[in-house]
Amino acid sequence: MNQEFYISNRLKLASLLILSSTMLNAQSTSNSDGDLMLYSVITVSVILVLWALSSVASSLMKNEAAKYGIDPETTNMGITPGISDLFTAKRPSFTKEGSYKSFAKGYNIKLKGDAKLEVTQASVDRYGVRPADFRGMSPIPKVEVEVGQDVQAGDILFYDKKRPETKYVSPVSGEIIEINRGEKRSIANIIILADKKNSFKNFDVPSLDQCDRATLIAFMAESGLLACINERPFDVVPSIDSVPDNVFISTFDTAPLAPDSKMLIAGREIAFQKGIDVLAKLTKGKVHLGLDGRASSSSDNVFALMSNVEKHWFAGAHPAGNVGIHIHHTAPIKVNSKVWTLEVQDVATIGDMFLSHEYHADRVVALVGNEISNPSYIKTYKGASISDLLKNQKIGENARFIDGDVLSGKQCDIGGFISDKTDQVTVISEGNDFEMFGWLVPINPRPSISGTFPNFLYPNFKFEANTNMHGENRAFVETGQYESMLPMDIYPQHLMKAIMAQDIERMEGLGLTELSEEDVALCEFVCTSKTPVQSIVRKGLDMLEEQS
Amino acid sequence: MGLVDTFKKIEPDKKKSPFLHTAYDAFFTFLFTPDTVTKGGVHIRDGMDLKRLMVHVVLAMQLCYVFGTYNIGHQHFVASGQYMEILDGFHLKLAFGLIQLLPIFIVTHVVGLGIEFYFAAKKGHAVEEGFLVSGALIPLIMPPDIPLWILGLSVAFAVIIGKEAFGGTGMNIWNIALLARVFVFFAYPTTIAGDEVWVAGYSKLSEGGVSHYNWFHTGMFNSLFDWLGLDAFRAGAAVADGYSGATPLSLAYQGGWEKVTTVYSPTQMMWGAIPGSIGETNKVFIALGALFLIVTKVASWRIMAGTIIGLIGTSYLLNAIGSTPFMTVSWVEHMLIGSFLFAIVFMATDPVTASGTNKGKWIYGILIGFIGLVIRVLNPAYPEGWMLAILFVNTFSPTIDHFILEANIKKRLSRA
Repeated sequence: MNQEFYISNRLKLASLLILSSTMLNAQSTSNSDGDLMLYSVITVSVILVLWALSSVASSLMKNEAAKYGIDPETTNMGITPGISDLFTAKRPSFTKEGSYKSFAKGYNIKLKGDAKLEVTQASVDRYGVRPADFRGMSPIPKVEVEVGQDVQAGDILFYDKKRPETKYVSPVSGEIIEINRGEKRSIANIIILADKKNSFKNFDVPSLDQCDRATLIAFMAESGLLACINERPFDVVPSIDSVPDNVFISTFDTAPLAPDSKMLIAGREIAFQKGIDVLAKLTKGKVHLGLDGRASSSSDNVFALMSNVEKHWFAGAHPAGNVGIHIHHTAPIKVNSKVWTLEVQDVATIGDMFLSHEYHADRVVALVGNEISNPSYIKTYKGASISDLLKNQKIGENARFIDGDVLSGKQCDIGGFISDKTDQVTVISEGNDFEMFGWLVPINPRPSISGTFPNFLYPNFKFEANTNMHGENRAFVETGQYESMLPMDIYPQHLMKAIMAQDIERMEGLGLTELSEEDVALCEFVCTSKTPVQSIVRKGLDMLEEQS
Repeated sequence: MGLVDTFKKIEPDKKKSPFLHTAYDAFFTFLFTPDTVTKGGVHIRDGMDLKRLMVHVVLAMQLCYVFGTYNIGHQHFVASGQYMEILDGFHLKLAFGLIQLLPIFIVTHVVGLGIEFYFAAKKGHAVEEGFLVSGALIPLIMPPDIPLWILGLSVAFAVIIGKEAFGGTGMNIWNIALLARVFVFFAYPTTIAGDEVWVAGYSKLSEGGVSHYNWFHTGMFNSLFDWLGLDAFRAGAAVADGYSGATPLSLAYQGGWEKVTTVYSPTQMMWGAIPGSIGETNKVFIALGALFLIVTKVASWRIMAGTIIGLIGTSYLLNAIGSTPFMTVSWVEHMLIGSFLFAIVFMATDPVTASGTNKGKWIYGILIGFIGLVIRVLNPAYPEGWMLAILFVNTFSPTIDHFILEANIKKRLSRA
């Protein structure tokens, strides 16, 4: 229907053009010019008519093909090859099950310090759980344990008095050695000295086929599994009565030096599948998996074999692996609706609970960056002490420790602990020295999207990035930069201005609820004016959260 | 770190002398990138910053500067029939051009930067780099003979009212360099309009005019040239018979392309050996600057392409109407005369004043092309439209963005 309406408009336009140009032609004085004009108009109108006819024919073809059940998305049933098909990268053959989307926007920052593809077992003595890792937690939660008490993996540590049904549990068994307080008597962390061998609390798990949603979610809140889930749009732990529209899991990470998910999930595939089955019961929609559709990825993707999910393949540069991008292109978050996202290892933790009735907070963490001597994958539990993880590494003198990746991770110090949902620790050099004419003639190579650096001549070069700002904070000058780094139908720069102006309606209208800080982290990286984009987005989301 | 420490020792106190501290800070950050590290957001930042962006725009126009300086001298001597070939009297033309240009350049920067430093000191923040580009552009769009006090006033107007009143770099609505020119255009029109102003150094550019020089020419340079045995500046040369300082644009206005080609050849117009504003004549160098800006992704190619499309469309329309000889000039010929190329490469592409969205940049460009050509061809009083067209569409670039954003918002809300 739409196609034919469009075609008739084109024909009308063509006839209007022909009429008006013959009128203009009649007014022109020189004869030879008139002939040229006339012939070119005739050629153009003939081409337009042929084009209109071919469009009608190919849309009729497509209607016929749909009647036979051939999916119009995957096979091109028109009579001419689609122009976009000729120019975009071909869809890899391993992506045949599920939808496929390729993004042109974004940028991969290649840094030195990739982890070697083998997992070593960590020997970590201390683990720390931080209430501040869970956004929205009140500063002084009710702590259920005391210093000196022995706990098992899965025992309750603390809970938020405003939401007493959601409990936060211990990742390992051992003895509570410290409960540190921060500002204004808030709980900073609870430190556990781990046993040599983990002992697990046995849980009374409801049967997945027979229980209803309410029982299931009550059990998950009580056993600390609800804390593994992240609810968008505000990035909080879901409350017991929230029902999400969908659950999204991104199975590949495109951030700089990010770990390969098959290393993270190795050996826990059955638990991952069980986790998906649990999540499928909790949402009113479906569980969606974002799969790595890049041509460079391997074709034996263990996530592609999962069932009870909708599979979506995505390809492109960073942030193609971000779950926010997957949500936007599958089922965008509407105002007042909720979506749950989880890390790959947290899904396996949920699955493990339903298989073994124990809380397995296993975590494979990638230790990466150019300031450690041996970047590698290490197997540990949630909340491991960073100094224990980096025990056998030689660390550079002026280093910055980042819990997460260089774009959206949080700075930590070597005496700290890895946060609840992280899967990498990045160690890069601090750039806290002056550089003479650094803006005009930089001496060392630095990652940049700008054509003013010779970076585009060396597409596979790996940079040693440091934390220097490379300039000072200014007002917005360049436009189009943010848009080219965010493959979403959002105008990020105007959204930032709306947040800075505290215009709530405009923020919602421009799509703030579809964004999370990690989605705009690349925009913050490229910003010429050194604007703190992620903190602006966080401020905006906080304003919206207050409203609702 | 020895040099940095030496500099740190002479740092003026921020509270006791804010102006000096601001000036010190400006020069210090010019010499050294600060040692600030990232905090609270991304941990690594792109190597590109505003200083680097601005310096690349300035670099792109250096070829125009070099040629423009030389051309001032060339046009001066051609007016009295001396040294007609482009490379004849090279030393004289270069010296003459430098003596005309350097005071303009210095006055622009002293007035502009002085005002910027003052406002930065008053507001307590660092000097922002926006003036690097405006200050480099303003000399290129002025006639070579402009009185320096008028230039200083126009720069002061542009920076204070066009920029600082709105909040500084990144907040202005109108292009600053064009505001300076438009101030001169409306307040002192005889210095910037007409056929008399585009060639420097004569008492008048018609019958009876004679060349005149000041101490810099006859005192300083002549002694150097005489010592080297080269030709020297000789005052009193009369304007050649039949010479008019008419630019190709005013000739086209009078009699269409035929009239233009009686005085200047297309090659001459392409390579810029014609009278005009200091930087706008050499189309090849402007095109090279444009290529530089596009390859380094410093300026938006969409705006440049949009204006060219607007120009082509409008010129076909005007050609079809064809009631005056100026209307029959084709779009290729329009590109060779006047300041079209300079305006679209360096003025229209200013990211602060142009539309922010990519779709908006196309619309913005096409509007500039259309309005600029209409003003140029159909305006009986002043045959050049780009300055006014760009300022006009600058006023409407938030409106263009508004409609695009509203469409985005409606699409999102209808989906909810």
